[in-house]
Amino acid sequence: MAKRIDVSGLSAYYGSVRAIEDISLTVEPRTVTAFIGPSGCGKSTVLRTLNRMHEVIPGTRVEGKVLLDDVDLYGPGIDPVAVRRTVGMVFQRPNPFPTMSIYENVAAGLRLNGVRGKSDLDGVVEHSLRGANLWNEVKDRLNKPGMGLSGGQQQRLCIARAIAVSPEVLLMDEPCSALDPISTLAIEDLIAQLKSEYTIVIVTHNMQQAARVSDRTAFFNIAGTGEPGKLIEIDETPRIFANPSQRATEDYITGRFG
Amino acid sequence: MSLTHTSPTRKLKDKSAYIIAGAAFVIAIIPLISILWTVIVKGAKDFDTYFLFHSMRNVAESDSFGGAYHAILGTLEQVGIAALITIPLSLMVGIYLVEYGRGRLSQAVTFFVDVMMGLPSIVAGLFILSVWILGAGFQASGFAASLALTILMLPVAVRSTEEMLKLVSPALREASYALGVPKWRTITKVVLPTALPGIVTGMMLGIARIMGETAPVLLLVGVTQSINGNPFSEPQGSLPLFVFNESQNSLQTAVDRGWAAALTLIILIMLLNLIARLIAWWKAPAASR
Ligand SMILES: Nc1ncnc2c1ncn2[C@@H]1O[C@H](COP(=O)(O)OP(=O)(O)OP(=O)(O)O)[C@@H](O)[C@H]1O
Ligand SMILES: [Mg+2]
Repeated sequence: MAKRIDVSGLSAYYGSVRAIEDISLTVEPRTVTAFIGPSGCGKSTVLRTLNRMHEVIPGTRVEGKVLLDDVDLYGPGIDPVAVRRTVGMVFQRPNPFPTMSIYENVAAGLRLNGVRGKSDLDGVVEHSLRGANLWNEVKDRLNKPGMGLSGGQQQRLCIARAIAVSPEVLLMDEPCSALDPISTLAIEDLIAQLKSEYTIVIVTHNMQQAARVSDRTAFFNIAGTGEPGKLIEIDETPRIFANPSQRATEDYITGRFG
Repeated sequence: MSLTHTSPTRKLKDKSAYIIAGAAFVIAIIPLISILWTVIVKGAKDFDTYFLFHSMRNVAESDSFGGAYHAILGTLEQVGIAALITIPLSLMVGIYLVEYGRGRLSQAVTFFVDVMMGLPSIVAGLFILSVWILGAGFQASGFAASLALTILMLPVAVRSTEEMLKLVSPALREASYALGVPKWRTITKVVLPTALPGIVTGMMLGIARIMGETAPVLLLVGVTQSINGNPFSEPQGSLPLFVFNESQNSLQTAVDRGWAAALTLIILIMLLNLIARLIAWWKAPAASR
């Protein structure tokens, strides 16, 4: 059950510093949306407001609305923990739990949330690892530590871990930036598959990657250091790359930036 | 510039740094080895199972037999109780400081932990003496000593727990939050297990520190030559105190017992260290084994 995300008038703060200002955008269910833009323009910050991970950092604050279908994630009475179960996240650096085996890593989200029952878990673990294209590589060593995998395998393990709790939306913050081209391709293929079940938002610095995997692309920019990041435009990916409506987007994409 | 030529001064610097570091190591290790050697040689004379399992009840200082069982039992119980109080308490304080503490209260706690860290053990003993025995009217007992030892172990244990929890990468906590795991489960199931080997080592160092403390037990356990398994009433023996008393005696038989007791104490502490290492190894992230 993929869901639609509707962001309006979103600003986020670190202490008194406003990192992003007045962001409004829509992400359709079962699509891949790419966030691009220069370093520090607030892509990660926007992404982290979508599953209320922003507020994990002390002293942070969010204004505006994030609707998931019709529910405002920042509305009264919303439990951030429940939000994060619905909106999963994969980070830039693979971060498997070092004390856990491959199996335990994938089962972690369920186990830590109190799901017991070996047979249920076995099924979910296999299904998630297959979903993350990792099953064949690890099926004979599920009880070996997750840290013993290669970087690319670890990242796919983290994707398996994220999809094991069956979220509706998957957020990925530069999931391939620490990976070699082959692992990157494996993950891009995976994103294309996952699209049929999930709403996906991916941050990337790699233009070709954005062009390859995404249906829509959002370009963010900052006016200068200390200024908040803003959404310049969001449109169908082919349009953004061939014929953007904003000059800044074209400059950034063609490398005539700054 | 030749790629094969190493300048003579650099070679010299390298060699001298090597020699200085080696010499520093030898100098540091000499006292350690000589202490161990002396204790083993002098302690071996009386050290046997008879010594380990008999007390000094009805033994005169001039007798060549007698043992330290009452003292070993007392020390194990006193240290055990202190550890039983300190370990959960310091875990909770450490978790509070790292995971929840902000502002005044946590600053105050950190400050007092620092102050307690430098507290002389005799002061901890005097404090319990004045509050627990003179103030509240309790008798000298093993438990009174446990209280003083708790005061001494607490800052070490809190500080090491704190440092180990700080070492756990924020990325792991975020990974857990992002799965929709609540904060307290993240702490108990992800953060603590990751930090566990370091925490265990820290606790063991704390226990090793208090096991040899003499000043507080001197003030608090009372005087007895007999076995008393109950730390809550009547005086109880203590190993460091036994070492102290026997070595003060002018009779060679007593001094020999003092050395054997010292050897026992060192062996106990080494055993604890060994156990700590085993636990740390067993619980360490499997990849680093
Ligand atoms: N934990 C933090 N505390 C304070 N300021 C932060 C924090 N994280 C990010 N910022 C600031 O917020 C702004 C946006 O940062 P963000 O990480 O969202 O950028 P980004 O677009 O993801 O950059 P990159 O492409 O380099 O990852 C930056 O100015 C950054 O300095
Ligand atoms: Mg970023």
